[in-house]
Amino acid sequence: MTLLKVKDFSLSINDEIILHNINMEIKAGKVLAIVGESGSGKSMMSSAIINLLPQGAKLKGKILLNNDNLLDKSEREMCLHRMNDLGMIFQEPMTALNPLETIGTQIMEAIKLTNPKIRYKDLLKKAELILERVEMDKNRFPLNTYPHKLSGGQRQRVVIAIALSQNPKLLIADEPTTALDVTTQAKIMKLLMKLVKDYGIGIILVSHDLAVVADLADHIVIMRKGKVVEQGDTKTFFKSMKHSYSKQLFDAAKHKLYEKNITVGSEVLLEVLNLTKEYNLANKKPLKAVNNVSFTLNRGENLGLVGESGCGKSTLARCILGLEKFSKGKIHIAGRPFYGQKELRRCINVVFQDPFGSFNPRHTVERLVAEPFYVLKKPLTTFEKRVKVLRMLKLVGLGDGDLKKYPHEFSGGQRQRIAIARALITEPDIILLDESTSALDVIIRSQILDLLRDLTKKLGISYLFISHDLTTVKNITNRVLVMKDGVIVEEGSTAEIYKNPKHHYTKSLIEASPDITRAIKSKEENNNENTL
Amino acid sequence: MKHFSISFIVGGGLTVLFLMGALLSFFWTPYDVELLNIKGKFASPGLEHLMGTDHFGRDILSMVMVGTRNAIAVSLIAVGIGATIGVPLGLWAAAKCMNGSRLIDELLMRGNDLIFAFPSLLLAIMITAVFGPSIINAIIAIGIFNIPVFARISRGAALSIWPKEYISAARVAGKGVSRISYEHILPNILNLLIVQATIQFSIAIIAEASLSYVGLGSQPPNPSLGRMLNEAQTMIFFAPWLAYFPGGVIVALVLGFNLMGDGIRDLLDPKLRQRSITGKVSNDAS
Repeated sequence: MTLLKVKDFSLSINDEIILHNINMEIKAGKVLAIVGESGSGKSMMSSAIINLLPQGAKLKGKILLNNDNLLDKSEREMCLHRMNDLGMIFQEPMTALNPLETIGTQIMEAIKLTNPKIRYKDLLKKAELILERVEMDKNRFPLNTYPHKLSGGQRQRVVIAIALSQNPKLLIADEPTTALDVTTQAKIMKLLMKLVKDYGIGIILVSHDLAVVADLADHIVIMRKGKVVEQGDTKTFFKSMKHSYSKQLFDAAKHKLYEKNITVGSEVLLEVLNLTKEYNLANKKPLKAVNNVSFTLNRGENLGLVGESGCGKSTLARCILGLEKFSKGKIHIAGRPFYGQKELRRCINVVFQDPFGSFNPRHTVERLVAEPFYVLKKPLTTFEKRVKVLRMLKLVGLGDGDLKKYPHEFSGGQRQRIAIARALITEPDIILLDESTSALDVIIRSQILDLLRDLTKKLGISYLFISHDLTTVKNITNRVLVMKDGVIVEEGSTAEIYKNPKHHYTKSLIEASPDITRAIKSKEENNNENTL
Repeated sequence: MKHFSISFIVGGGLTVLFLMGALLSFFWTPYDVELLNIKGKFASPGLEHLMGTDHFGRDILSMVMVGTRNAIAVSLIAVGIGATIGVPLGLWAAAKCMNGSRLIDELLMRGNDLIFAFPSLLLAIMITAVFGPSIINAIIAIGIFNIPVFARISRGAALSIWPKEYISAARVAGKGVSRISYEHILPNILNLLIVQATIQFSIAIIAEASLSYVGLGSQPPNPSLGRMLNEAQTMIFFAPWLAYFPGGVIVALVLGFNLMGDGIRDLLDPKLRQRSITGKVSNDAS
């Protein structure tokens, strides 16, 4: 039974065409995935279905919910539909809940809307039931819990609970796991699958990563620049896809394994010895964010550090960069103890996660990239600086014309290129990459990873790549450290850790990381079972 | 094409008008402000004296021009003092707060609170009462109660900039706290400071007028708007123009600066600049 049908739908905002001639269809109890890069219009499509669009939007075509055109509805009727038929899950769980009200109040508010005459006792019971449905234990998370006590994944569960409380027929999930760790992502995805199976809800899943949705979706729609490029049934889609963009997305999701022929020198560049960083908490035992961590990084080595958020990997990075004082232990750079002094800072630089926050918005690219020159003993002339900056920009794939531009004129991927240029400009021995590709689309991500790999090889730079995602790390490192709760639980060469992980945490990380080849395989197996 | 808001146009227009009048008074006033003409006292506004004359026969227009000049000069210097001392203090406190020593931050900010706790005008009266009424003491007094305003606002704004990644990147490049504050933080909080400065400016105008109204500002025969109001008080029933003009000028000056501050805030606020979806950001205000 067709639940929702989008027919020849076009959308323009202030006379700029956002979506063009979209056709798609979703059946009850099925998952439709919309995949595309940022700016492809996939979020606008999902907002259009529940008609939450910015001012100046003009719509054409039809969106049929059970053969009822949603575009003809008045706002009042639309409210009823949103209440009864449609649910929405947003990307950012941290801001999707009201911080001043308990999760119980927020769930009950939603129940009350559809069922205004319900008695308080039943209301409580129902809210508890719904929390149970999203696998939130009522003893650990009673209804009077405030959102700030929950982690990102738990909050996302509450958001899903609120969406479920009105028994929607269609759930729209707009990048529901992009802001979450891989392990949490896997759990949330599993939960969504269960909802589809148990309650026959249709789900529209919006994502930029084919690998994330390949496992779940029954039907895949690839969008680019406001148009549907290609769509098809997941079982056959990967074999039959024709459009170059779909293939590009597929390749980006496929993650090639790291080439093995690198030469690791014997010279130790960075040595971390029994490093401990404690935070003093009021009335509690001090929190050991980093607990007795030791490792080395040799010249030419590409080391990965993996762990979920809150495991202390960023604190460790900040300690190594000299941005944070550590409590115990030692850090040696090039054989000398490092505590933030200028001479050694020359040896190390960093690329941060957020391509939007890592540049002073008031400086030109030239000034931004030239900033690390400050660390040099002998100051360079303006001309020398400019020559070097230009050469570096060329290396990272930007042009001469970009020299005088400001950061806001660049896209996220380009900004990350500028950040890499800034990190490499003084030719450091080590660069630290702190989740440097997490905020990027898959295609851009694979481009940046390729760039990093080539550049570090060309310039002979070793790096420490920090990430929550094992697949990304697999792409780019030859040795991996796995970190949990401030402790390194496993260490070894990437290939080996991937092939036979010893620690159960590493295993769960590997299982959780989205893998498109595995997903396709399991789909095919399912398919075979069904035909048998 | 930039869009100027109405408040910016009106406020800026008023401000420019008064600034021109004040500047003009350096070279030319219709009459000498110290020239007494007892025969022509209490002349009502007319062609000969556009704003009339007072009980000594002095020309009100000339006095208002010079008085405006004094008021603007006092406020400008006083706000300047407040900003040049307050902003570095605030930046220092923020830097200390973010990098270890909370104690210095606490000391600085509690000291600020102490100055804040005094009613500003009383503080000014106290200072001028102790050191004697003069225009310099008025400037110092108004300057002092401007310091905590700037210190607090720059500390707060700087605290929101410190955790940004570009600050971390600058620290990784080996830059010290003062260099980061100057190169990265100050330019990014400048909007806020400029807007605050215009508001403080209008407050300073009122403070100057109030001080000279109670006789603690600039001393006769140097004309000032506040003292003109004071002198007009006893004659308001038969020579109301003596109060209308200086009073009106104070109101218009304050209104002008406030409106201009609002206008500048709208102009510099990137959120307002980027409001239209299709329109590109027109410029990077710096």
